[in-house]
Amino acid sequence: MVIAATLDGPSIPWVELIPILSLLAGTCFLLIVGSLVPTWPRRGYAWVTGISTTVAIVANAVKWNNLYYNKGETFFADAIAIDRFSVLASITICLAVILGALMMSAYLARMNADGPELYALLLTAAIGALVMVSANDLIVLFLGLETLSLSLYLLAASNRDREQSQESGLKYFILGGFSSAFFLYGVALIFGSTGSTKISGIGEALSGNISLINADAMLLVGIGMLLVGLGFKVSAAPFHVWTPDVYEGAPTPVTAFMASAGKVAAFAALMRVLLVGLEQRVDDWRPVVWALAILTVFTGSILAVVQTNVKRMLAYSSISHAGFILVGLEAAGHMRGDGVASSMNYLAIYTVLVMGSFAIVLAMSGNTDGDTNLSDFKGLAKRRPALALAFTVLLFAQAGVPLTAGFVAKFAVIKSAVEANSYVLAVAAMVAAVIGAYLYLRIAVSMWLEEPESDSEITIDPAVVIVIAIAVVATLIVGFFPELLLHATRLARFAPR
Amino acid sequence: MHASFPILSALILLPILGAVLITIVSNKHLEIVKLIAMLFSVGVGGMSIWLLASFHSHESGFQYVSQHDWVTSWGISWHLGVDGVSLFLVVLTGILFPLVILGVDPHHDHKRYLAWLLLLEAGVMGSFLSLDLFLFFIFFEIVLVPMYFLIGGWGYDKRVYAATKFFLYTMLGSAFMLVGIIATAVIARHDIGYLTFDLVTLAEHASFATNTGRWLFVSFAIAFAVKVPIFPLHTWLPDAHTQAPTGGSVILAGVLLKMGTYGFLRFGLYLFPAAAVWAKPVLLTLAVIGIIYGAIAATMQADLKRLVAYSSVAHLGFIVLGIFAITSQSLTGSVMQMVNHGISTGALFLMVGMIYERRHTRQIAELRGIQSVAPIFSAAFMIVMLSSIGVPGLNGFAGEFLILIGSFQSARWWTIVAATGVILAALYLLWAYQRVFHGEPDEANSSFAEMTLREGALIMVFIGLIGFTGVYPKPMLERIEPSVDKLVEHVVSHSNYKAPTTPNIVVEPHGDKAGE
Repeated sequence: MVIAATLDGPSIPWVELIPILSLLAGTCFLLIVGSLVPTWPRRGYAWVTGISTTVAIVANAVKWNNLYYNKGETFFADAIAIDRFSVLASITICLAVILGALMMSAYLARMNADGPELYALLLTAAIGALVMVSANDLIVLFLGLETLSLSLYLLAASNRDREQSQESGLKYFILGGFSSAFFLYGVALIFGSTGSTKISGIGEALSGNISLINADAMLLVGIGMLLVGLGFKVSAAPFHVWTPDVYEGAPTPVTAFMASAGKVAAFAALMRVLLVGLEQRVDDWRPVVWALAILTVFTGSILAVVQTNVKRMLAYSSISHAGFILVGLEAAGHMRGDGVASSMNYLAIYTVLVMGSFAIVLAMSGNTDGDTNLSDFKGLAKRRPALALAFTVLLFAQAGVPLTAGFVAKFAVIKSAVEANSYVLAVAAMVAAVIGAYLYLRIAVSMWLEEPESDSEITIDPAVVIVIAIAVVATLIVGFFPELLLHATRLARFAPR
Repeated sequence: MHASFPILSALILLPILGAVLITIVSNKHLEIVKLIAMLFSVGVGGMSIWLLASFHSHESGFQYVSQHDWVTSWGISWHLGVDGVSLFLVVLTGILFPLVILGVDPHHDHKRYLAWLLLLEAGVMGSFLSLDLFLFFIFFEIVLVPMYFLIGGWGYDKRVYAATKFFLYTMLGSAFMLVGIIATAVIARHDIGYLTFDLVTLAEHASFATNTGRWLFVSFAIAFAVKVPIFPLHTWLPDAHTQAPTGGSVILAGVLLKMGTYGFLRFGLYLFPAAAVWAKPVLLTLAVIGIIYGAIAATMQADLKRLVAYSSVAHLGFIVLGIFAITSQSLTGSVMQMVNHGISTGALFLMVGMIYERRHTRQIAELRGIQSVAPIFSAAFMIVMLSSIGVPGLNGFAGEFLILIGSFQSARWWTIVAATGVILAALYLLWAYQRVFHGEPDEANSSFAEMTLREGALIMVFIGLIGFTGVYPKPMLERIEPSVDKLVEHVVSHSNYKAPTTPNIVVEPHGDKAGE
């Protein structure tokens, strides 16, 4: 009795947990009812996934509205921060879940392997991602990271008939475990030097008068370890090496989800740790982010040029996009301009672009999942003009051609870099974008300017059509009228300490 | 002050509407597709001519201004306007596109070809009309997409290579400009008090520290130098011109290159006068190198189309010389020469295209004696060629003469060297003419068909323009000059540059001279 009295837990505001609980309910429903009722109606699993995610989105939207008058607060003894930043990131992740579930339903229907497991994993991955974006404690962050990662390892290896998928999952698992260890070690060292695992607590410790006796080196090593761990998750060069193999091997819907939701979660966590927790140490981590950004944009765009597999191409291009987001993060490090807003903006737009692009790869890959060579796209404009046009829009958007969302994303990031006087970074990123544009042009050339090699029928699942349509329409709407998204991302602020 | 009809917005939006309509119409109704393309391009051409007619000459400011908010949080607005500098480029665009659409047939896939052409027209119009840096950049950049597909889809054997090179080269230039544009707006915020990309506000109210202004100018200059192209950034041009389909070459040479020179005038000189004066010697030198280099390279070409392409490098060198000599005459000459080059080189590319249609070769060595089998064709070619050389009485002379006379006052030695380029132009073009048209036709050339009625009508429009501006440039000059004078004043008042004091005599004596 005495023990129980001293272990008074924090009060639990369940309302704040509705998004996560809704996803959890969806997971449980899928697993329990899925095993009790063997035959479900067509796309039944996808519907359950979609509905529980929609509830999460609605709950988040309500929260967004309620946050109008305050900047957000922390709950669960400061373990979770609910602010506009986390809410916006959560909504982005939930959108990725819905689009991913649509693609998944098409993929599983084609493979004749419909079942609840992959959807359940998708939802648990999303739970991990949601925890990550609002975690205000490094331990909670780690829990979210592991929930996300473990689900993704399984998802990546989920195609039992394909060796590459197995390889992808195993590779991701081993390297991911390695990076988690780095992350955890970093957490330990930071805790050792600041006496707190709370992100806001670390910030207070560093800004307060508490002197850190001989702990400076420990802190710096800790920051470095943390950067390595999270750098791996966002696939920043030189920690990107796993990305092409894993992206290529994993089933395409999983790749799309990994590339979008996984990246949003990891970047959101990285931003909160660096900008809230380590704000006082900005001069220490900013040069590192600067170097990572330059390395990442160039690695991604240069290596993309020599690829022949479209999935690998998109994997490398996602690396170069990560570099752009790092440019925004570096600008945010100057505490000037709208670095955070521009990074969030990039992440939201990038999520849509990457989902649409991989949906097209899924549509093109037929029964050979992942075996999508550039030559398969030859003459697509003659075979399926609408599909070719949609892909062209998405590719040009990724290249940053004006009047597409991709341009808005790049413009915002470059603008924040310029406002932070990071001219070198801004110019380097733009030059890398031009190199990267060659990749997108190569795909466009195959589609429009070459003759088709085969005239086999391309059948596209209606669910994939929906994903592509959403992506293209969103790309163009944001390209022409960016104001709404810019407004929302500008409001994405961290909860005050 | 003006009619309430937003004519400038219509000039941009109508071609887009046309392209959308063409995309919707089924492939089977080729005639309807052609009709739509014709109606919209002719409509835009008519509107541009109406704009020319109702334009208030002797007025220096922007006319028909249309301004609407677009992305307010970034201070971006849909701000269009036309003045003496852009007026004739707009008209040139308006005229050239219907001529290309009516006069040159692509060999396949009319529907997509015409849709891309109309989108291209919208982009070019937008570039010339934008008074907002962001808006300008969007049009400047979006032009690449249709041009890329036109070269890549309807060009000759090495078209994909040429199209990709064109796209990446230009995009690389624009990459620097994008950073420059953002930096301009962000830095100017200190002076203006709010973030804006509005050209007029920035140019009139922002001042940049010496070094800042220079860096910003350089970032813009790289983009424009690639587009013009200025030596040594010209290497994309011969490939793109040679591999592009005839219609694409005409547009590329006629209006797309002018986006670079226009950019120098509108954004380089106007926004960063002090930096432009600072960069003057470098750009003058590069311009002169371009004139001489382009001429020599043209002389050496075995391919007739490549020869015309290199002649563009030389001609654009003259225009850049005129711009950076910064005198009223030289700038007026440059604006005029932009239009003249569009007309005469456009016509040259058309006629080279006609030769290719007949003989399926552009190699000078394989062509001979065409004059004796196709005299009318040869005569037309001769007139167009003479205009390109700059013979008095034709349009090329008016512009080149003004450039040289204006530049001589402020950039004497550069002008002296540049003037030899005029002789070189005569050399390479006349020599090419001699090899292609003179002599006895061999077997392959003896069946060279005479000009058809349609081709003749097309070329007659060009020859009419060549003759009219050559003999009577006054209407053009009196519209260009006020805006140019204002620009020179702006440069003088915002830098330590002193324009040579010459009485404003351009219109009168020149009108006499050209009329001889």
